[in-house]
Formats: sequence, structure tokens, C-alpha cells
Amino acid sequence: MNQGLKTARNEGLISCHSCHLLCRSAGPDAIMTCPRCGTRLRRRKPNSIKRTWALVVAAFIFYIPANLLPITIVTSLGNAQSDTIMSGVIYFIKTGMWPIALVIFVASIFVPLLKLIILTFLLITVQRKSSWRQKDRTRLYRITEVVGRWSMVDIFVVTILVALVKLGALASIQAQSGAVFFCAVVVITLFAAMSFDPRLIWDTEESLNE
Amino acid sequence: MSSLIACHDCDLIQRLPHISEAGTIQCIRCGAVLHQKIRNSIERTLSLTLAGLVLFGLANAFPFLAFKIGAQVRQTTLLTGIQELYAQGMPELSVIVLLTTVLVPFAQMLCMLYILLPLKFRQIPKGLPQVFRFIRHLQPWNMMEVFMLGILVSVVKLAKMAKIIPGVALYSFLALIFVLAAMTASLDSHLIWEKWDEKR
Repeated sequence: MNQGLKTARNEGLISCHSCHLLCRSAGPDAIMTCPRCGTRLRRRKPNSIKRTWALVVAAFIFYIPANLLPITIVTSLGNAQSDTIMSGVIYFIKTGMWPIALVIFVASIFVPLLKLIILTFLLITVQRKSSWRQKDRTRLYRITEVVGRWSMVDIFVVTILVALVKLGALASIQAQSGAVFFCAVVVITLFAAMSFDPRLIWDTEESLNE
Repeated sequence: MSSLIACHDCDLIQRLPHISEAGTIQCIRCGAVLHQKIRNSIERTLSLTLAGLVLFGLANAFPFLAFKIGAQVRQTTLLTGIQELYAQGMPELSVIVLLTTVLVPFAQMLCMLYILLPLKFRQIPKGLPQVFRFIRHLQPWNMMEVFMLGILVSVVKLAKMAKIIPGVALYSFLALIFVLAAMTASLDSHLIWEKWDEKR
């Protein structure tokens, strides 16, 4: 399949990741910079698989305290009530605001987990040099790039609530450590998606052709 | 070799067809967008950048949201939540929110201005490749539209216990999201590199 298609890697060329100029490689170990924009040229993102694995595992670990620990404590007339992400979702369902419950559930619980599962799946298939549905797997990668940012919504909700609800003894809201872990999950998964190189998905086919 | 390009998502080498009209070129193998040609890209992006800077000033200078419960009113600005998180001993959260909703968008606009203003007058700014690369690195960290969704959720959440009054800054912030998205979308990076090649 795809006999007539040539990739930069097979032709001894490197595409500059900043300005997309095609440059001739001076050898496998040569350190080169782009003649047009001065960016360090790399055939693939450096240590892509190792880095992405490390970040994905870290995010999986942080995902647990992020969901178990409270993200806020609401103090109202002497009563303190702590909320986790899930209890926030349940509160919205109980009060009949299910569209908001859905937004929070999808953004805070579903998307981070989906992103981690997709990245794990891509890492495993790339390591096994699978040539299974490469176009769809590239699409999956693009999804992780686009949706990840929306998980930050809960952190922003906490920021706004903390700013607005500060009425002394009447009512106040405190951010809790769960929010820090949750924020870490979002930031780490963003870095994980950045460190994964989608061209690795396509590298198998060429190594078969060689 | 100038019209040959390797796809950034699947590394396939292909010739970029020359297009005179505005349009999008996709990779023949994986469908990634390789080039987006935009009419009057520099002028369009520059004007959106200037509009964005004005809106950014408004969004930071005026009240953002007010919270009214009985006779008590709490007035906040865009930065209040960030200061409050810091005061509560959550500096990590505070810094992330400050970066993603204030500093990154501001830096993006300043860098855009630094590149485009000289280009408009046929000059090449110093360090163009580095500044341009920096803008692209910043892109994923601009989360203003996500913040807007956060506002929506908070307002719904608080609506039962109090009255929320939107301020001038909130509307400016909303407009800024669209202006910044348009600014990023209207920049034709190939055009910038062509200019850089010409003048070098």
C-alpha cells in the first residue's frame, strides 16, 4: 500500500517544526538548525514515547486525588460543606440543572479520562508498530489536542466563586487541595498531548517499505 | 524545493499547489491542514490585534461581575479571583489562572503587534523567527473561552442565592475572545515566512 508516497524521513529530509521548510539532513547524528528560522531541526519530537508515557502515568496518578479530595469548602452561617467534583455534578442534577451537570461531568470527569485513555492507546499501538487505521488514530490524536483545554472549566468556576462569594460570616468559599491536583491533571495532559508525535503513527508503514 | 512540504502530522512529502484565492490545503494522506491562504492577512490580523488590545484594557479596567445578596454588594474585577486564590494559599492555581486568562492572551497580542506593525510598513522586525515561534507556543495556553464557560456555570450556580450583575469588563472579555480567535485564524504563516525570505 502507498508505494508511491514518500515521507521526509525516508528521503533523508527534515521538516522544520517552526517554519515548515524542508531541509536536507546531514546524517542521522548531525545537530542541525533550520537555515531559514534557526530552530533546532529534529526528525521527530525528542523521546516522544518516553516523555508521553511519563506524563500520562503522572496524570493517571493525580486523577485519583483530584476526584477524591474536595475542591471547595462553602461556609455559610457557620455551616461548612465540602464539595468534590462529583458531588458538584450530583448537586446540579438534584436541583434540576442537568445541562450544567452535563457540562461539568463531561469537562471535568469524562474528558480527562478519555484523553488519558486515547493517549495510552496511541502509545501502545505505536510501540507495537501497528498499521491499523492510521488515519483514524491521527484523528483521535487531534481530538485530544482540541478537547483537553475545556477541562479547565472547573478551575475557573472555583476562581469565580472564590472571588464573588466573600460576604464575611454570611457566606464564603475556600479552594481546596483537590483543585490543585485537578489543575495538575489538566496541565500535565496538555503537556502529554504536546510531547506525543503523531508522525510515529505513520512510521511503521515506511519501515516496512524499506 | 520551496513548494515541497512534509505534513506535520504524518511526514508525507507533497507539493503545495499554488493558489491565488483564499482557501485551505489539506494533506492528501491524513487530512491535516497544511496551508490556509487568507486575503489581506497582515492588515486583517493587525487590525484585530489592535482591537484586541483596546478590549483587553477595558476588560481589566472596569468591574467584571457584581454579586448582590440583600443589601450587600460585592464588586469584582477580572483579577479578584486570582488575588483571592493567592490569599487562600493556592499560589499554583492562582498563577495558572493568571497565565491562561490574562498574561498569555496579552503576550500573544503584543508579539503579534511586534511582528505585524513593521511588516505592514515593509520592514522586518528583529528576531522575527523567535517571536513567531513564541506565539505558536503560547497558543494552547490561551483559555479565555473556557473561562467564559466557567462564568456561565458560576452564574447559574449562584443565581438561586443572589443576584449577579454583569459589568462592562465582562462584555469586553466576551468580545475579546472572538477578536483573538479571529486574530489567530487570520494569520497566514506561509506569508510571514515568504516576507522573511524576501528581505533577508
